[in-house]
Amino acid sequence: MDITAAKYIGAGLAMTGLIGAGAGLGIIFGNYLQASIRNPSAAAGERVWLFLGMALTESMGIFGFVMGFIILFVKV
Amino acid sequence: MAAIEPMEQFMVHKVVDLPAVRIPGLGAIDMSITNTVLFLFIGAGLMSIFFLVAAKRALVPGRLQALAEVLYGMVDGSLTGAIIGDRSRPFLPFVFTLFLFIAILNVIGLAPGGFTATSQLAVTATLAVMTFLIVIIVGFARNGVRFFTLFWPKGVHWGMGVPLALIEFISFSVRPLTLAMRLFGNMLGGHVVTYMFGAFVVSMALFASHGGLASLGFLGSAVSFASIVALLALEFVVAFLQAFIFAALTCVYLNEVVNLDHGH
Repeated sequence: MDITAAKYIGAGLAMTGLIGAGAGLGIIFGNYLQASIRNPSAAAGERVWLFLGMALTESMGIFGFVMGFIILFVKV
Repeated sequence: MAAIEPMEQFMVHKVVDLPAVRIPGLGAIDMSITNTVLFLFIGAGLMSIFFLVAAKRALVPGRLQALAEVLYGMVDGSLTGAIIGDRSRPFLPFVFTLFLFIAILNVIGLAPGGFTATSQLAVTATLAVMTFLIVIIVGFARNGVRFFTLFWPKGVHWGMGVPLALIEFISFSVRPLTLAMRLFGNMLGGHVVTYMFGAFVVSMALFASHGGLASLGFLGSAVSFASIVALLALEFVVAFLQAFIFAALTCVYLNEVVNLDHGH
């Protein structure tokens, strides 16, 4: 298999890491929505942690995305 | 037709070619002003001008001073004050500067002709290592050798605690890497996706010029154009959000070392 084909396959495989990131983000925001409907007055106090949790989870997907780009574009 | 090169927008090239400086022990350091350095200067200059002009002491604030007060209130209320607590005041200037600097650098990159300095791993790694070193220095200055109790989970049997402490240490050491990669990856990804949609606009319109059924390409081109508008709106949100996240994580790490003796 020549190197360019392997690079494309590798980059495509690296993108499967975003499945977990998407699922995790859905869980975080779903839980926040559920809790904020139950207790609307306390929802604003937790908004900092909502964004923190979102960024930390999303960063896992971003790491996979960056690895895909490294595989695709770094000259061997 | 020009090739579609998504990574070409991140190339670093020299703007002003200056001679290299020889530092004993480090070798020759190229002192040329590149586009990264230029936009770092622009960001720092904008921030300095903002602070100089907005930091007046009028009792009834003008618009710029009101903006500065809103930003200060947000950093003091949601960042250092909320996360670190009573001992947060010494860290407010650092966190404020970090937040505003990263936000300005991210937003400048969204302007046409602007270069995103934070899309260079060198810039984000510098900011992350700086934060990490400050956390370590503050940790040792405040707690001395008891800084290492940060890694020991409380109230566990030593058989469980040893592997946990090892995992905690590894997770602590990886922090500058994750801080750098998070900001870098977000900025890189945002600009690459925006470029790709822009490439779709042009390439689908060129394809549609063949006539016949291919005229659907014009529809695709219009949808891509609308997507670019939505994407840029999202990118503005991500620019501020990533600056907020960087500052918030800095506050979380500082809270761990500053409030080591009493749990917040």
